[in-house]
Amino acid sequence: MRITQGCFSFLPDLTDEQISRQVQYCLEKGWAVNIEFTDDPHPRNSFWEMWGLPMFDLRDAAGVMMELGQCRKVYGNSYIRLSAFDNSHGWESVRLSFIVNRPKDEPGFRLERHEMAGRNIRYTTKSYAVDRPEGGRYG
Amino acid sequence: MDLDASPMTDRVNLREELEAVGSEEILTQLDRELIGLKPVKTRIREIASLLLIERIRKRMNLTTDTPTLHMSFTGNPGTGKTTVALRIAGILHRLGFVRRGHVVSVTRDELVGQYIGHTAPKTKEVLKKAMGGVLFIDEAYYLNRPDNERDYGQEAIEILLQVMESQREDLVVILAGYGDRMEKFFASNPGFRSRIAHHIDFPDYSNDELLAIAELMLHDMNYKFSDEARQAFIRYIAARVTQPLFSNARSIRNALDRMRLRQANRLVADLDRMLDADDVMSLQASDVLASRVFLKDKS
Repeated sequence: MRITQGCFSFLPDLTDEQISRQVQYCLEKGWAVNIEFTDDPHPRNSFWEMWGLPMFDLRDAAGVMMELGQCRKVYGNSYIRLSAFDNSHGWESVRLSFIVNRPKDEPGFRLERHEMAGRNIRYTTKSYAVDRPEGGRYG
Repeated sequence: MDLDASPMTDRVNLREELEAVGSEEILTQLDRELIGLKPVKTRIREIASLLLIERIRKRMNLTTDTPTLHMSFTGNPGTGKTTVALRIAGILHRLGFVRRGHVVSVTRDELVGQYIGHTAPKTKEVLKKAMGGVLFIDEAYYLNRPDNERDYGQEAIEILLQVMESQREDLVVILAGYGDRMEKFFASNPGFRSRIAHHIDFPDYSNDELLAIAELMLHDMNYKFSDEARQAFIRYIAARVTQPLFSNARSIRNALDRMRLRQANRLVADLDRMLDADDVMSLQASDVLASRVFLKDKS
């Protein structure tokens, strides 16, 4: 099951040229574009690991694309996303983030039912991928 | 380079193309604002012409590889290497060979780290900032410290070389430094020499050129020489050039700054006088002649 989170996730995967133009848009807005990766696909997982250092003061998307290339070499079979951080006063938060790389095979989620007192049921979603330990989740 | 595919053309009007690009404007500005430096200007003109033709060739679908544009500027202190680098960035940007046209100017400090594993991220960060523009490495020979084998400079050099080769269309690297030391630097790093297409040597200025530079600087600062002051300054230049630590235009700038100090002091000394614009603008012979350079001359 293809996970959809962040911008553009209902579109077909962006090509490198499209990614590069999105990055350029962010840079021209003065946002810092950073690379993050994870192998835990749960939508509430907000702790993605950062690839390298935050990249402030870039002028051209080529620098981000170079890092993305290197990140893909190492974590090519994980989720990688770009996030654009706006440090201007009043925002100081992420303005845009989108997935640029996903595993070849996304096994999807199962629904778990937790039976409570009085025939109540609580539901939770769990990815099949996280059944395996970290690092070995996507083959 | 251009993301919009341009239609294939077989006839191009060179003049129109030149005007559309607007590099001629920068070149004439370069001629006007930089005094002397004949060989440098000729070389830059050659490069600009090559790039213009390359641009037209691309439009005619006669594709070649992106030409290597990395340069090395050698010359004595104060001969205008940094100034020219800024202009080059403008020209390359107009011609579309760098996308943004900004210059990131760095020295060894910004590239080389202090401990193991510190250098690579530092160098990469600088490279990323410079992408789409020009990376100007001043006093590049300091990158390499052959006397210290545990120095991390070599690591920075390797990363630089790799990016200079693989991302030629994203980044232009300009190395600058004094002639003899750059020579040694290239001798110990043959990889650099072969990756740099344009070696440009900046000659020293002649005394007349130095005077012209001084006049131009004064004009920009809204000052001027009186006639006697100009004569005195010609003698000043002749004396200063022979002294040690002479650094061309930079020495001239410093000399002018000191003369402004003396002029201000002279004007303040006479509090009862009414000043007009001409008084505060002109440097007198006495402001020039008070210089230490003349003292040494006499003794």
